Amino acid sequence: MIVPLAHVLALAAAVFVLGLACAVMRRQLIMILIGVEIMLNAAALVMVGASAYWQQADGQVMVVLLMAVTASEVAVALAMVFYLRHRQGTIEADRFDRMQG
Amino acid sequence: MASILFYILGFVMLAAILLCVTCRNPVYAVIYLVKALFALALLFYLLGAPLVAAWQVIVYVGAIMVLFLFIIMILELAPRERPEDLNRRRWVPGLLVASAILGCTLLIIFQDPDAAAQGSAYFLGPRDFGAALFGRYALAVEVVSFQLLFAAVGAYYLGRYRPRRRGGEDLP
Repeated sequence: MIVPLAHVLALAAAVFVLGLACAVMRRQLIMILIGVEIMLNAAALVMVGASAYWQQADGQVMVVLLMAVTASEVAVALAMVFYLRHRQGTIEADRFDRMQG
Repeated sequence: MASILFYILGFVMLAAILLCVTCRNPVYAVIYLVKALFALALLFYLLGAPLVAAWQVIVYVGAIMVLFLFIIMILELAPRERPEDLNRRRWVPGLLVASAILGCTLLIIFQDPDAAAQGSAYFLGPRDFGAALFGRYALAVEVVSFQLLFAAVGAYYLGRYRPRRRGGEDLP
């Protein structure tokens, strides 16, 4: 392990908080999705750091599974953005505040 | 040496993500996120995960971020820029981040290419990685492949062509 695990965890926590701030404060749906991406990458960094700390392959395998999950999440979410834009003509998150039915 | 590179890349990644979060234009935000992901791939390599680093570049940057750019450009979400907005000073942060990442990459390449194989630090080669992925975690791979199929079907269902009704409301 080249650096202590605590430093990896601190870096991942900082990245996660930035992603959380992006997801909470921005109003465009695209920027909210980018914030979610940043948070998922912070989780991946924690997993690789844990894999290096315990010298096991499990963390890296989990990162690859996380990539597949992220790809499917992004595909559905971007299709949803496309649909909402088609339906409402905007992607400001504040506009989607009522439900039908 | 590797630990110094780790801290430099960590700061570069934080700076790129900060620029990404505060960017007004979504295209610039995605590009800064791509730079942050490059730095993260180098961090993965330094932590002994070369295959995950390669997939980070191929899958994340090459597929997912390009999908973001596709959607931004299809929906024309980026604000229109006038020519006088494109001054020199806007190049500076992007150029700094990119040159830092390039410098770290060259340092890793030229410093000691064989150090990883000598086993001083943890280093998981593709063979052991594949054995773990398709041995113990074969069931998880199957489940994830099902999930990718469902996501593809769902994305197709959401994005299919809908003729508009006259009142502006979509057909169900």
